[in-house]
Amino acid sequence: MKIVIIDYGAGNVKSVQFALERLGYEAICSSDATVIKSADKVIFPGVGEAKSAMEEIKKFGLDKVIPKLKQPVLGVCLGMQLMCRFSEENNTECLNIFPLDVLKFDEQNKVPQIGWNVINNLKGDLFEGIKEDEYVYYVHSYYIPKNDFAIAMTDYGIQYSGAIQKDNFYACQFHPEKSSSVGEQILRNFINLS
Amino acid sequence: MLTKRIIPCLDIKNGRTVKGVNFVGLRDAGDPVELADRYSKEGADELVFLDITATKERRKTLVEMVEKVARKVNIPFTVGGGISSIEDVNILLRAGADKISINSSAVKNPQLINDLANKFGSQCVVLAVDAKLIEGVWKVFLVGGRVETELNLFDWVKEGVERGAGEILFTSMNNDGTKNGFANDALRKLSKIVNVPIIASGGAGTVQHFIDTFKDGKSDAALAASVFHFKEIEIVDLKTELAKQGIKVRM
Repeated sequence: MKIVIIDYGAGNVKSVQFALERLGYEAICSSDATVIKSADKVIFPGVGEAKSAMEEIKKFGLDKVIPKLKQPVLGVCLGMQLMCRFSEENNTECLNIFPLDVLKFDEQNKVPQIGWNVINNLKGDLFEGIKEDEYVYYVHSYYIPKNDFAIAMTDYGIQYSGAIQKDNFYACQFHPEKSSSVGEQILRNFINLS
Repeated sequence: MLTKRIIPCLDIKNGRTVKGVNFVGLRDAGDPVELADRYSKEGADELVFLDITATKERRKTLVEMVEKVARKVNIPFTVGGGISSIEDVNILLRAGADKISINSSAVKNPQLINDLANKFGSQCVVLAVDAKLIEGVWKVFLVGGRVETELNLFDWVKEGVERGAGEILFTSMNNDGTKNGFANDALRKLSKIVNVPIIASGGAGTVQHFIDTFKDGKSDAALAASVFHFKEIEIVDLKTELAKQGIKVRM
């Protein structure tokens, strides 16, 4: 099993790598298109700001590579948002894997949302063995509204997409690598996807 | 619904956890990686590491510790202490820290908050503020509470959030180490004037103090050190009691 974490200089690559290590999997961090394409599983993490992250991705030519990947890909947090069409964060054009827009939370709740919230309306293999309303860790100011690709929902004043999926592309807004045993199970499920 | 967070804080000196009273009189409280692991298993929602090492080897020791913690624990953690540049933050985030906190360096150079928020996103920039109530005015202190400034707590926090801080860690120096409860009046006011999460720090002594700061102080998270390090309060008991009181927590 070859797992590659896309390292474009703006991601929390080590956190994801260590989380996989705790599960007994070795992962390679790389920005090299050939290495990424040859992986069995690709993880696309992200912490930071959309515009500068997209610039980094383009610098490595990965904006042409990521949307064409055929193996299972898991976007995390900013990685998920960058897989969408557009982000309100500095009006950024993203990778357009999902035909969705990323919006800023309005000020009815505190922004960013930081902390543990529940996921429900779970669908598909990524959440195998995960009960409804388990807690996962979120840190974000932007969100993807409810849509047809949603495989998990979360409530923060509004119902929004905790996770989405389209074909081989999976993405979660929360951080599985920081979500205790629940997150570990989700990562394990991703690694076990065929 | 988002839960209230319980955050054990580990003050780090030369790679060891230490704990003082009112910022002075340090006691050894163990290996930070072991403690972090223990807390994550006991149900802590997050961890904060504040490095107070003052040697030249400081940064190297801290980065090594951050990496060890990231390897071991499966919950998020914040690192603070002596961070004063984009490069400092980059190294710590890449070593596995989830958020960083800045304090004195932000007062000396407020633009740092903007720069960090633009580069890494507000969500990983925690503005830590130590303040003391003096003759009815909350004054900001620097360098671990040793240097008084002319800044008013509320003005500074407001400015910090406008510049891009994503979270406020407010330590009341009047309460810190006293075990008499959190500074809930000031905390409640902070929650009113800014719309980012507020972490209450300083004064935790009993379970009731946590209940009070969530209910009365409107805090989003509560941070404490010695009550956890010296096992005066078990996190699981604390959370059970909070849940009983109708406060939403992750169990």
